[in-house]
Parts: sequence; structure tokens; C-alpha cells
Amino acid sequence: MSKWFKKVLIAVVPLFLLTVLAACGQKQTDNVYQRTKSAKKIVWGVKADTRLFGLMNVKNGDIEGFDVDLAKAITKQMYGKDAQAEFIQTTAKTKVPLLKNGNIDAVAAAMTITDKRKKIIDYTQPYFGAGQSLLVKKGSPIKAVRDLNKAGTKVMAVKGTTAVDNIHKFAPKAKVLELDDYAQSFTALKSGQGVAMTTDNGILYGIAKENPDYEVVGGTFTNEPYGLAVDKGQTEMRAHIDKALDQLQANGTYSRLVEKWFGGIPGFDVKEVEQP
Amino acid sequence: MISVLTNNWSTLLTGFGNTLLSSVIALVFSLVIGSAFAIMETVPSKVARVIAHTYIEIFRNIPLLVITMFFYVVIPQYVAPMTGFAAGTVGLTLYTSSFIAETVRAGIQAVDIGQMEGARSNGMTYWQAMRYIILPQAFRLVIPPLGNQFINLIKNSSVLAFVAGFDLMYQGDALASATFDTFNTYLVVGVFYLVLTLPLSYYMRHLEKKLV
Amino acid sequence: MSILSQAYTWINLKFLLEGLGVTLEVSLISIVLSFVIGLLLGVIRYVGIKYFSAIVGFIIDIIRNLPLLLIIFFTYFALPKTGLRMSPLSASIAALVVFESAMLAEIVRSGIIAVDPGQMEGARANGMTYWQAMWYIILPQALLKMIPPLVSQFISLIKDTSLATIIVLPELLYRAQIIYGQDTRYMLPMYFMIAVMYFIVCFALSLVAKRMEKKFG
Repeated sequence: MSKWFKKVLIAVVPLFLLTVLAACGQKQTDNVYQRTKSAKKIVWGVKADTRLFGLMNVKNGDIEGFDVDLAKAITKQMYGKDAQAEFIQTTAKTKVPLLKNGNIDAVAAAMTITDKRKKIIDYTQPYFGAGQSLLVKKGSPIKAVRDLNKAGTKVMAVKGTTAVDNIHKFAPKAKVLELDDYAQSFTALKSGQGVAMTTDNGILYGIAKENPDYEVVGGTFTNEPYGLAVDKGQTEMRAHIDKALDQLQANGTYSRLVEKWFGGIPGFDVKEVEQP
Repeated sequence: MISVLTNNWSTLLTGFGNTLLSSVIALVFSLVIGSAFAIMETVPSKVARVIAHTYIEIFRNIPLLVITMFFYVVIPQYVAPMTGFAAGTVGLTLYTSSFIAETVRAGIQAVDIGQMEGARSNGMTYWQAMRYIILPQAFRLVIPPLGNQFINLIKNSSVLAFVAGFDLMYQGDALASATFDTFNTYLVVGVFYLVLTLPLSYYMRHLEKKLV
Repeated sequence: MSILSQAYTWINLKFLLEGLGVTLEVSLISIVLSFVIGLLLGVIRYVGIKYFSAIVGFIIDIIRNLPLLLIIFFTYFALPKTGLRMSPLSASIAALVVFESAMLAEIVRSGIIAVDPGQMEGARANGMTYWQAMWYIILPQALLKMIPPLVSQFISLIKDTSLATIIVLPELLYRAQIIYGQDTRYMLPMYFMIAVMYFIVCFALSLVAKRMEKKFG
């Protein structure tokens, strides 16, 4: 008995060694702007499960949505008509690690600008004004976020998003079930795992549009400006994306894209979007 | 690494408790179900054997995650509501029971066939012989492989993380997503799992040696 | 009925089949790599090189006793902090290989143990060195004994690949979720279809394993 117990004790040693190894590991940084400029190609991390922002088309594997169109427009604005935008699918959980790993050059994935995330990545100016809201089954007694503030109430949110913290703040008695992406969350709502799903209104309207039994209620109870993101320290890249955003706003491309994706959504205020 | 532990002690401990709870519940039920199907596989009735065989092959050959997701998202829509913890535990039970059935069946068949005949010629019924002669010996033989199944069960219980089952993996992952301190958080979570699985695995190896 | 015909359009089925292709591709690459590494580790652990074998054995035990999901998370979300960058595809393969080679090392070791120890002595008495005896006499027999558990391990690997859906590897389960994410009425049909696909592949392989067990066991 004591022999295998001793082995258990030694088990911890390699783990500590790994930690030390990690601490020593040096990460080399490259200049994303110079690299993407000479390649005339930007690799964007986008959503693949979010209607209106980024949704994969099963027919051809293409991802379609506002974020995708905007990223394409920015790429061409920065590096010319023949520049290429490549899209890699991310989830709320994977987007930051992918950016930090260098698998993607920039993120356009309905990502809220938060102080917490600002510590590890750099944001451009806000490009989309969203706010957190609730999606419920039609006829649900839940009308606003305060209705959730009861013990035993379960709300679905996506792991690693601001929605989780906000529910803790606005409805501290509710229990948050954190799932891995929006499809899983909505699936859980449909399966009755909770009474509401919460995230930004734009995403919820996208789901409600395809699922008429569900509706967005209670208006927005937070302010969630979306920003495009680059890895910490890529200031040159960020400055050029900001400039491209300004130019697209000035020449009307930006408004055209907003209108294309959000113009026909009932209950959605396009003006709010454009003034984040 | 230490700060991850001290700052989130209660969260991680809750997760650890849920992992243990789910594993133990799943172990008890899969032992019962698995043994029942193992016995069914060895009885003379062909119908019983086919039923047992079908059950075992189905749950052995479909990923645990698919079974669990099925219980989490599909069953509540058509049958009855089910929390993530319940769905995960049911998935674990069904999946593990098929492996336990195979283990126990091998144990029953390893017990000398002559013993069944001997017991029956001494006036025991088939079930009496099974209950008093065959099964006790079979179970002694399969304790180490069953122990290994339990270790697998603990490791596999991490699928609860996919269905908000509030287990160790779920808590650790939520923590890592919130703090971005993935490296240290996952290391701590790993140590928590090892505390359970590593001693068990050495103990099983020790038992195996003793039995041989 | 109409739901089924909408869910099982050729476009959706093709999308799923491509996912099955990714699943099999990742599993196949992983099993081959894990076999090579596992063989090496298993032999190292068996022969007992002072300290080295004990350390290797110990690392194997740690990896074997961790959930694969944790290893996947660690590879994809934590290792990049040390500067090791991987795509979902290579991270999935790396995590599976680390986990599987530890599992296979144990299979290799017990395979070698199962070969009659008298044979090593016999071979050495006939003038072979230890490593010659290992390579020409012991390992070939041990490998034959290992074939059935190896196939079982391959089946586990195929099933385990589904865990990589969490790091957005476009395998079978991920694709099913993409499809029902667009219309949640397809949920049941999608789960049913992928369960059938996994079952066909794994069950067929388990039949192969049984047949081999009869032949070599």
C-alpha cells in the first residue's frame, strides 16, 4: 500500500516541472499589419453558429453574416480590391485563444468590448451597438430581466461571454447554465432546461427570426458595444482597421451592410446599432 | 497555480463533489444493469441473449458524448425534463453498463463450466447455481477490471461539462474562460482528477498482481 | 415525415459524411502515431532502464488517469501560452496522440509480459543479445497478441474524436450541431443519423476485432 502511495506523491513533481517550463516559454511576436499587408490577406475569426452575424451555409461551407461582410469590406479597403479575407470559425470560447495563438489575425465575432478583455487583447472603435436582452417562448411569464430574479430560475448563457456576469448582477438569484455556443444554448432553451436564454439582442433577434415560437422581451438592459479585436500590442494593425472603418462609414458601405442584415428585423432599431 | 486553488476553493470543491457523486451513482446503476445483461448473455434462452447483445453493442459503439447530448437536448423535448447533471449521469450509466456487462460476462465464462453442471447434478436449480456458485467467483475475478471501469467512469464524467452538469471539468472550464488563466486552472483541475484516479489505478494494479 | 425528408437532404447528408471523413482521418493519423510512440514507451517501461523507465512509467500513469477532455483543453487553450501554436486539427491530433500512446504503452507492456519469459532466456542462450531477442523473438509474438486490444483502442479513439467538437474541429458531431443550429427541429433526426454512422463504423471494427481475437488470441 505504502508503495503506491509514495508514487502518488511523486505524481505532482512532473506537473510542477510543466509549470516551470511554461513560465520559461517565450512567445515571439510578429507585426500582423506588415505580414497581412505583404500577403494581401487577413485571416478573420468569425462566428459560424450565429444568424445575422456569422452562420455557416451547409450547402457550400461558406460563412455568411454582417461580421463576415464587414470584415471583407475592411480587408479590401485596407489592401485593395484583390485582397483576400479568409474566415475561420470560432466560438465564444475559442476566439480569444485563437487570436492569442496567432491562428487568426483579427476577430469579427459579435464581441463586446469589456475592460476585462482589454487587458489581454486590443479593440478597435466600436462598430455595432448592441445590448443584452432575453429570448423566451411566446406567452412566457418572463417579461423583463427582473422576472428572472427568483431562486430556482434557470437562464441559459454562453460560457466566457459578458452575459454571464450581467445576469449575476441584474438577477443574482437566478442560476446561469453556461453552454458552449448559441446553438447549444437555444437547444437547451427549447428543451426546457431553463426559462430564458440571454445574450445580445442582435443575436437573439436572429434566432427569433427563424423560430417564430420564440420572442425577444424586456428591451436591452445593458450596453454592449461590439469591437473588432487584434492581439495585444498589434497597434499598427488596430490603427489601420480603425481607419478603414472610418472610411467605410464615410462612403456609406457600413450603413448599407447594416441595412442589408438588420433592416427588415421587426423590433430592432437600426439607428441604435449605428451609434454604438 | 496556488492562487487558482485558494481563490476558487469552494467552486472547485463543489465541482469535485459533483464529479464524485455522478460517478458513484453511475457506477452503482451500471453495475446492476451491466450484471443483469451479462447474466442474460449467458442464459440458455436465445431471446434473452439477443436482447442483451443488442443493448451492449448499441451503447458500446456510440460515443458517450452523443448519448449524453441526446438525453440533454432530445429527451426533454419529447419525454421528460432532465437537468444536465441527470442527463450526464444517465449517459454515463448506459455507456458504462455495456462495458461492465462485457467484463462480467467474461468473468462468468472464466469460471469453470464444470461447476455449473456439478451444482445442478447436486440438485441446485440453474439460478441457485448462478447465485451461490458462479457469480461469487466471477465477481472476485473481475474486481480489477471493474476497478478500471470505475476509473474510466470518473474520467468520462467530464462530459458533464458539455451539458452544464456543474462537475469539476465544467467549473474549471468556466473559471478558465472567465479569468483567461487557462494554464494554471487546467493544471489544478488535473490534480483534482488525479487525486481520485491515480491511487485507484495503483490499487487496482496491486490487486491484479495479488490475484494472479 | 416531411421533417425527415427536410433533415435528410443530400446536402445535409453530404455535410455529415464529410464530417465522418474528418473523424476517420483524425482517428487514423492518431492511431498510427500513437502506435509508434506507444510501442517505444511500452518497451522502455518493460525493460527497466534505471530511473528513466520509472519516470516514463510515471508520466504514462498520469496521462492515463486524466480525462481526455482535459488533455484536449490543455493542448488547445493552455499550451499556446508556452508559445506552441496549433490549429484545431493539429491540436486534436496532438491531444489524442498523447492520450492514446499512454494507453497503448500499457497494452504493449502487457503484450510483452504475456509472451513466455523462457523464450528470452532461450534466445539469449542461443547467442542473441537482449535487444536482438526483443526485436526478433519477443516483439513479433507480443504484437500478434496486441492486435485485438489495439483494434478496441482504435474504436475508442473514433468515439473520443467527438470530444474535439469543443475546439471546433469540423468532425461529425460538430457538423450535426451546425445543421440543427439552423433549424432545431432537425435535432432528433441529426442525433439519430450520427449515432447510426458511429455505430456502423465502430460495430464493423469490433467484428474485425472479434475475428482477430479468435485467430490470434
